Amino acid sequence: MDNVSQASAARRPDSPQVITSLVMGLVGGALLTGFAAWFLKAESEYVVGFLLLLAVVGAVAASRLGALDRIGVAFGAYEKSLYAIVIAGVLVLAWIFRQDHFTLLMITTVMVYMLAGLGLNVQFGYLGLINLSGASFIGVGAYTSAVLTMHSAIPPLLILLIGGVLSALVGCLLILPVLRTRGHYAAVVTIAFAILFESFLKVNDILGGPQGLPVGAMSLFGWSFNNPITFGGFQASFYMNYLLLTLAVLALAFALVRRVERSWIGLSMDAVRLDETAAACYGIGIRRWKVLGFTLGNFLIGVAGAIYGMMLGFIAPANFGFSDSLILVSIVLLGGIGNPWGLALASAIVVILPEKLQMIQEYRFLLFASLVVLVLLFRPDGLLPRGMRNYLPGRKVAP
Amino acid sequence: MSESDTLLSCTDVTRYFGGLLALDHLDLDVHRGEVLGLLGPNGSGKTTFFNVLTGIYAFSEGRAVLAGRDVTRDTAQAVYKAGVARTFQRSRLCLSLSLFDNIMVGNHNRLSLGMTFNLLRRRAFARELEANFAAARDLVEVFSPALADRMNEPVANFPMLDRRRIEICRALISRPKLLLLDEPSAGMTHEETHQLMDDILAVRAHTPELAIVIIEHETSVIERITDRCAVLNFGKKICEGSYAEVIENEEVREAYLGAA
Ligand SMILES: Nc1ncnc2c1ncn2[C@@H]1O[C@H](COP(=O)(O)OP(=O)(O)O)[C@@H](O)[C@H]1O
Ligand SMILES: [Mg+2]
Repeated sequence: MDNVSQASAARRPDSPQVITSLVMGLVGGALLTGFAAWFLKAESEYVVGFLLLLAVVGAVAASRLGALDRIGVAFGAYEKSLYAIVIAGVLVLAWIFRQDHFTLLMITTVMVYMLAGLGLNVQFGYLGLINLSGASFIGVGAYTSAVLTMHSAIPPLLILLIGGVLSALVGCLLILPVLRTRGHYAAVVTIAFAILFESFLKVNDILGGPQGLPVGAMSLFGWSFNNPITFGGFQASFYMNYLLLTLAVLALAFALVRRVERSWIGLSMDAVRLDETAAACYGIGIRRWKVLGFTLGNFLIGVAGAIYGMMLGFIAPANFGFSDSLILVSIVLLGGIGNPWGLALASAIVVILPEKLQMIQEYRFLLFASLVVLVLLFRPDGLLPRGMRNYLPGRKVAP
Repeated sequence: MSESDTLLSCTDVTRYFGGLLALDHLDLDVHRGEVLGLLGPNGSGKTTFFNVLTGIYAFSEGRAVLAGRDVTRDTAQAVYKAGVARTFQRSRLCLSLSLFDNIMVGNHNRLSLGMTFNLLRRRAFARELEANFAAARDLVEVFSPALADRMNEPVANFPMLDRRRIEICRALISRPKLLLLDEPSAGMTHEETHQLMDDILAVRAHTPELAIVIIEHETSVIERITDRCAVLNFGKKICEGSYAEVIENEEVREAYLGAA
């Protein structure tokens, strides 16, 4: 044990270096929040273009100066403060845009995509299972919330869970082919499912056919989320309700996925992804972990879909097509396969950019496709690559 | 050798790949605590023997009994659980994972894998983690003290010699009864090979019960570390005995010359 503590003394959490990095992180968080606010406010495409340029230059400069690495190390030791800074940043943004329906909707949509991205991250990032029907599982969650909010008295918070569970159960339909086939064949199975699912929704009159279905609002303790928030002089759009709820659910899901990664479960999943044969020779049950990861992933995607449906108030099959699944996968690829923080960055890019640059709306697939190709070529591990597993961040003993 | 000294007993082991007879009615015993050299020209079926025994490929015919238990139809996972660990001819580490993670992959059966344990009971998890870290470190230290200070580095950072060491540690961490080494010296210099063999002899001194089957081409290595050798040619065992006996054997000489 003595050697262990010696080895880790060099990166003791309370060394002055770490403290300055922490301050840098705080300043960085503030800058980032300010930047995000400016970006979300920007209306002219020139301003948006300028801000994008600024972001690229800033990111390259920060990484050249080693600031990113240092901040990363500091937060490895003080991870809780990182979470606090990020949550505070989102709340500040929510405050700034409290009466702006559209921007609140956009921020919440980013978080919904990130939540679904967490699910895909377990499947693809940890287990290597390519799921090209992510939007279908969002659809299962969303349609569950539509049917149950309109035709049952189940408390909506419970409906979120049911949406996730149903999505996981529907995923079981796919689990056999996904287990039996390897690599690309499994991907093809999920494509087929995505297409079947959309057609099923379109021809199914009980589920509204191509026109879709209305979804009831979320409500908590008798408070309907369709009400704007007012108390005292404070007034906020009803989307603020959804923003806060989604933030809370996302924080829980993030913590869950992190713990999965930082445990023997995450290790086993990595071993399955990297070398099935070797994993089997070391006693690792391939099926067991694949079933667990695929199901957990679909559960998270389904919960995201249930929230999304309630927030939109109306859903249609066109929301859950194959192209939307591709967008979800591009989030995982862009962000950094296996790194949940990368999902935050990538979801923001994928959701906000097309809204801000109306001219690229029509070319959005082209844009994301080229972005993904560029990233895969020049930064194959994504914008924010996954680091080494840190089982117990903040502990002084080495692992 | 008495019956109770036999750890692994293989009879009639046969494996076809389509029309190709890769293992031809092979009989082979491995005794407790011995180092058995498995020799033979390229393509003679040595790796296939490991693959069949460890459940990667099914037996076409024949059977294998390990410590009194029939493992013929066992899955790879079950064979590992019964006490057989191996390395691969082409090193198969998880390059993007840390040294520690790679060794823990080999310890799978002795880790607590429950959901609540891993996700909720984080204190208990931390204790198990620390105990395992100490054990992995101690094991790595037998091979190389320098490596033991780099447990959190990705395996991709290490040269081939260290990767072979790590692979052997991964196989040993679960305290197997039988260790199968498939050309551990492939891709290494003469000097490195001998360093690795010193390590293997050190392991052997630590765990006298452990039996090792090693596939190896370099004669000086075979002579130094094996107690007994078996030679394959075209999937058939053509000779078995001490190293000195084996190299004197006419059929063995022919097999090697014929292949060269
Ligand atoms: N998966 C496989 N499919 C078909 N043929 C194989 C396979 N694995 C090995 N073989 C064949 O079996 C024979 C023995 O191969 P192998 O066991 O790798 O030899 P060695 O390890 O002694 O060099 C070779 O002819 C090889 O081509
Ligand atoms: Mg071989």
